[in-house]
Amino acid sequence: MTAIDPVTLSILSGRMEQIADEMDATLFRAAFNPIIAEAHDASHGLYHAQTGDTLVQGKSGLPIFVGVMSFAVKAVIEKAARDGDLQDGDIYIFNDAHIGGTHLSDMRLVRPYFRDGQLFCYLASVGHWHDLGGAVPGNYNPAATDVFQEAFNLPPVKLARAGQINQDIIDILLRNTRLPQSAMGDLNGQLGALDLGVKRMDALLDEYGANTVAEALDALGTRAESLMRAQIQDLPNGRWHAHDYLDNDGINDTPLKINLTLEIADDQMRLDFSGTADQCAGPVNIALPTAVATAYVAIKHMFPDLPANAGVMKPIDVVVPEGSLLAAKFPAPTGGYTETILRMIDVVFAAFAQAAPEMGLANAYGTINALSIAGKRKNGQPWVMFSFYGGGHGASLTGDGLNHGNAPISTATIPPMEILEAAYPVMFRKWALRPDSAGAGTHRGGLGAEYEIEVLEENGAEVFLFGERGRFAPKGACGGGEAALNGFAYEQDDGWHQPPLASKMRGIRLRAGQAVRLQTPGGGGYGTPADRAPDAVARDVARGLISAEAADNTYGPKWRKARG
Amino acid sequence: MTDTNIAKTMVGVDVGGTFTDVFVLDEATGVARVAKVPTTRPDQSGGFLDGIGQQVADLSRIAVVVHGTTAGTNALLERKGAKTGVICTMGLRDVLEMRRRDRPRTWGLRGSFEPVVDRRDRLEVPERTLADGSIHTPVDLDAVRSAAQALLDQGCDAVAILFANAYANNENEAKAAQAVRAIWPNPHVSTSSEILPEIREFERFSTTALNAYLQPEVSGYLGRLETALREGGFDGEFMIVQSNGGVMAVDTACRLPVRTALSGPAAGVIAAGYIAQTAGFDNIITGDMGGTSFDVSLIDGGQSMLAAQTSIDFGMVVRSPMIEITTIGAGGGSIAWVDKGGLLNIGPESAGSNPGPVAYGLGNDRPTVTDANIVLGRIDPDNPIGGKLKRLDVDAAKAAIDTHVGAPLGLDTISAAEAILKVANSRMAGAIRLVSIERGLDPKRFAFMPFGGGGALHTGAMMAEVGMRQAIVPRYPGVTSAMGCVIADMRQDFVQTVNALLNQLDPSALQSFMQDHTDQGMALLDAARSTFEDRIATFLLDMAYVGQTHTVPVPIDVPLKNGRIAPITAAQIDATFDAAYTQTFGRLLPGGVKRVLNLRSAITGIRPKFDLMSLAPTGTGSTAPIAHRKVHFTDGWYDTAIYDRLALPAGTTIAGPAILTQADTTVLVEPHLQARVDGFGNTIVEYKGGHA
Repeated sequence: MTAIDPVTLSILSGRMEQIADEMDATLFRAAFNPIIAEAHDASHGLYHAQTGDTLVQGKSGLPIFVGVMSFAVKAVIEKAARDGDLQDGDIYIFNDAHIGGTHLSDMRLVRPYFRDGQLFCYLASVGHWHDLGGAVPGNYNPAATDVFQEAFNLPPVKLARAGQINQDIIDILLRNTRLPQSAMGDLNGQLGALDLGVKRMDALLDEYGANTVAEALDALGTRAESLMRAQIQDLPNGRWHAHDYLDNDGINDTPLKINLTLEIADDQMRLDFSGTADQCAGPVNIALPTAVATAYVAIKHMFPDLPANAGVMKPIDVVVPEGSLLAAKFPAPTGGYTETILRMIDVVFAAFAQAAPEMGLANAYGTINALSIAGKRKNGQPWVMFSFYGGGHGASLTGDGLNHGNAPISTATIPPMEILEAAYPVMFRKWALRPDSAGAGTHRGGLGAEYEIEVLEENGAEVFLFGERGRFAPKGACGGGEAALNGFAYEQDDGWHQPPLASKMRGIRLRAGQAVRLQTPGGGGYGTPADRAPDAVARDVARGLISAEAADNTYGPKWRKARG
Repeated sequence: MTDTNIAKTMVGVDVGGTFTDVFVLDEATGVARVAKVPTTRPDQSGGFLDGIGQQVADLSRIAVVVHGTTAGTNALLERKGAKTGVICTMGLRDVLEMRRRDRPRTWGLRGSFEPVVDRRDRLEVPERTLADGSIHTPVDLDAVRSAAQALLDQGCDAVAILFANAYANNENEAKAAQAVRAIWPNPHVSTSSEILPEIREFERFSTTALNAYLQPEVSGYLGRLETALREGGFDGEFMIVQSNGGVMAVDTACRLPVRTALSGPAAGVIAAGYIAQTAGFDNIITGDMGGTSFDVSLIDGGQSMLAAQTSIDFGMVVRSPMIEITTIGAGGGSIAWVDKGGLLNIGPESAGSNPGPVAYGLGNDRPTVTDANIVLGRIDPDNPIGGKLKRLDVDAAKAAIDTHVGAPLGLDTISAAEAILKVANSRMAGAIRLVSIERGLDPKRFAFMPFGGGGALHTGAMMAEVGMRQAIVPRYPGVTSAMGCVIADMRQDFVQTVNALLNQLDPSALQSFMQDHTDQGMALLDAARSTFEDRIATFLLDMAYVGQTHTVPVPIDVPLKNGRIAPITAAQIDATFDAAYTQTFGRLLPGGVKRVLNLRSAITGIRPKFDLMSLAPTGTGSTAPIAHRKVHFTDGWYDTAIYDRLALPAGTTIAGPAILTQADTTVLVEPHLQARVDGFGNTIVEYKGGHA
C-alpha cells in the first residue's frame, strides 16, 4: 500500500472516473453514426504508461470494451518501442482485431499523455465505425474466411506526430469506407474526446501534483486487486468444470466446444479454457485479447461492484490454449466474435453456479441473432434491414430472469418496429414474448421473443441470419432447467422451412407476402423447479407465459390448486 | 370577480413527500406569504387545504390556485394506479413488457420487470395499419367490443387502445375508441394517437398505458381537491403544473395525467430561472438537495433544458417534453461507508428522511451526509429544520462516524466528518460537470443556485469544485417549487409524426398540422380564465439525413396572423435545417437526403409575472448576529456568527465565516467567502472582495 491518504484517494478515484465519463459524453454527442451516438458502442479510459493496463474506464461505454482496451494500448506501446520515436502530441490509430481485440469495425485511437516531458499514462478512445470497406456494407460478412473479406485492415500507425495530424492517414481511411462523412465525423469526435481528456488531466495534475495522482493510480490498482482477492477468498477452494458448444462456424456444420476449468485456491482464481475447439474456417474465431477481455466481462457480471481497473485481473489467471478458436491467428476472420464470447460468458456462469450457488446466474439467451433482409425496390433502389434481436436473461437466487433483455456484452436497445416498418418494405406480424421459452426453476428464466416479419416488397427479398443456440440450449443453474432453443424458420410456396445450419443461413429468397420467423431462446432457470411457488406457476399459466401442459410436466400439478 | 383587488390573490401549492409548501401572493398589495405544513397521506388534500387555510382565511378571495403535484409520480412509483386494460393490434400484446430490449443495470444481469398492465388484461384484435398510413386490415369492431367487455368483466377501470402505426393514420384507433367509449362506464379511455401521435411503438404505448393507469387516480385526487376548494368558497381557476414547466387547466390534467410526472420539480426549475434572471443571472445550474438525492438542472441564457422523455422507473417510459433534471444518489440521508478495498463511499443507500440521519434518533445507526454537517457544527442541533424533532443527537452522530468511517480509515471524528463531506461534494460537483459537458457547455460560465433544504450548506464547495464564481441563494429556497407554480406560463405541447423526405414533403399538409395544433392550443388558452400578456406558438421539426436515426431539432419560424399559420416552403425548412445541423455537428453532409420525422408544436400563454421586489427585504432589518457557534471548516474550528437571514436588509454584506439561517434553510458562508444581500433579498455568495 502506498502512503496516499484515503480521502484524497476517494476523490481522485471519482475525478479520474469522471474524466473517462466526460470523454464518453463528448464522443456520444459528437459522433455522426448512430451505433456510437445511440447504442454507445464506444469507450474511453486511462491506461498505464509502461504496461498499458487499464487504470480507469468510463461507465457508459459498451461492457466488452472494459477488458479489451488495454490491448490496444499494449499494441501501441510495443509499436513505439520498436520505432523508438514516442513523442508528446502523438496519436496512434488502428482497427486490427488480431492485435486489439473485438472486430475490425472498432477504430482505436491511443494518445500518450506527457507531464513535464515524462510519459505519465495513455488515453484511449474506441468507437464502432459504420463502414470500413470489405465485402459487405457495415462489415458484417457471415461467409468470410479471412479478415480481408471483412474490412480494411489498419495496423497501429501515427495519425498525429508531435501534435501534427498526418493528412495522408485520413486520406487512406476515407478512401476505404463507403461512408466517408460518417467516418470523418466519428474520427473528429474521438479526437475531441482525447483532447478533452488531456485538458482534464492537465487540470487534475495542476491541482493535485503529478506525484499524488501517480500514487493514487498505484493505490487504485492495489485496491482493485485487494477487492478482488477478498471476493475470491470468500469462495470455497476447488475445481469446477463447465463446457458448452457453438452450433457451427457457418462454413462447416460441426459443433465447436468451449471448455472451462475454474480453479479457486485461497485468494486466486484460474479460468482455464484448455480443451476448447481449434481455430475454425468461419468468423466465430476470436483473437487472444478478446478472450482475455471476455473473462473480465464475465467476472464483472459475477461481481458487479468491482472497479474497471486491471488490478482486478491480477489474482486471476486466464489460460487460453494456443491454436484454439479463442486465440485465432491472423488472418482468420473474427466478424462473428459476439457469439463466441457469449458462449465463454455462459461457461463462466455455469462454473460459478457450481462453486458458489448463492451467486449463481443461469445462462442468458446467448446469441445476438444478426438478421438481415435485403432486396431491391421497384425503382431499383437497394435496401438492407439489419438488426439484432433480444432474448431472456437467466434466473438467479434473487428472482426470475428478465424477459426480452439485451446481450451481456452490450447495452444496446432494439430499434422500434415502427421505425423499421417506416424504413423498409416489411410488416411485423408478430413482436411478442415467446411462451414456453424460459428455463424452469425455483426462479424461472426470462422469456425469449418471437418476431415474425413479412416481406411487402413486390420484388421479394433475400434473408441472411447469423445466430447461435440452434442446437445447444442456454443452461440453467443449481438445478434449474434449460431454456428453449433458438428457432428460425422461413416461408416458401410449400410451407415453412428450417435452415440446414440451424442458426445460420445465407441468401434465402422470399416472395412478397412470405415471412421469416425468429423464436429466440429464453434464459435458464435457477434452482429445482419443484420448489417454485405454486402461485407463481399458476400466475405464469394464467398469463400465458407457460402452457398448462408444460407447467404440469415441469412443475407437477400443485399449481392447479394455487391462485395465479 | 367584481373586486379586482380581491381577485388578484394567487396561490401556488407544491405537495412534496414530506412537506406541503404554499406560496400566496396578493398582487394588489405585493405581499407574499409562505406556509409549510406536513404532507398528509394517503389523501394529500388535507395538507393542501390546511396550508392554504393558514394564509388565506376566505377562499373566495383567491383568483388562481396552481398546483405542483407528485400524485402521478407516486402512483407510478408505488404501482398504485388503476387496474388497466389494453386493446391492441394482433401480435403486439407484449410490446409494453418487452420494452426496447434494455436491462435495469449494466452489470450483474439481475432484476426483472412487470408492466403496469397484466398480460391477462392485454387483448389483441384483428386490425393493421402500415407505416405509410394505408390500412392493411380494417379494425374488427365486434372483436373490439368483446375485448372491452372482457376487460370490464375482469375489473378494469381504465383502458388504453394501442394500435401499430396509429401515428400515421388514426382511423382504426378512432373507430375502436368510439366503440369502446360507447360501452365504457367512465371517461378513462386513452388512445395512442390522441396521447402521442409519434412514431416508436413502445414509447407511444407506454406513455398511453401509463396515462390510462393514472387517469382514475389523478382525476379522482384533483377532483377531490377542486371540490374541497369550491366547498370552501373558492371560485377561481384551478391549474396544474406539467412536467414541461407550463401549467394546464385541471380538466386537461385529468385527461392527460401522464404530463404531470415531474410537475413539482419542474415548477422549482421555472422559479429558479425567473429568480435568477431577475437578479441578473442568465446562466445558472440549480442543485436541489433532498434526503436521498441531489437533482441538477441547467438554465442557459434564461432557457431551461427540455428532455424528450424520461423513465419514471425501469421500463416505465413517459414521452412528453419535460424539464431536464439529472439525479444522483447523494442527498442528506445518503450513507457513508468504507468498502473492502478501503475506499470511502457515499450512497447510493440512503436513510432518507425516515429513519433519517443518526442524529434524528429514529433508528438509523450508520452515518449520513447530514450527520457530518451536524458534527462539524454547520447545522444547529438545537433548532432542527422542519420542526418535527426537538433537538439532534450530536453524540450519536459522532459515534456512528467513528465506528463506520473514522476507525476503518484511521481518522479522528472531525477528519472523518470532513472526509464524508469532501467525497459527497466531489460527487455532487461531478454531476454538475457532466450535465454541462453533455451539452458542450463550460460549467464555469454558470452561477450555482441551491434550493431545497440542504443545498445551501454545500454552496462554497460546489463553487470551489466546479470553478463557478458566484452562487445565488433565493430568498425562499425551501418553497421554490410553490413559487414556480405562480410564475409558470400556460403551455400545451403537441407532436405529430410526418416522416417524409424533405424533397417529397407536402408543405400544405405540414401547415395544416401546425394549424390544427395551434387551434387546439389556442382553444385551451381561450377556455382558461387567466388573462395572458401574450400568446406564442413555436414549432420544431425533428429532422435528420436519411440513414441517421438521431434527429436534430429544427426551429421553424412561422408568423401567426389572426390565429392563421402563414404558408411555409420546403426551401425555408431546408435552410433552417442546414443552420441547425451545422450548429450541432459543425459540418453538413453534401448531397445528403433530408428527412422530416416529427412536428413538435408548443402553444404558450404568457401569464403576467409578479414583481419579485414584493418579496424583497424592507431595509430596516438588523445586521447584528443572533448567536455565535463553533463551526469546523477545512483547517479548524472558527467562531462563527449566526444571522437571521430574512432580517438582513438589502445591500448588506456579511463576511465569512458565517451562517445565515431561516426556517427551512441554512446558508453556509465559508471563511474565504462573503454573502451579499441583493435588492430582491437573494443572497449572493462570492469570493471576498466580490471576485474570484
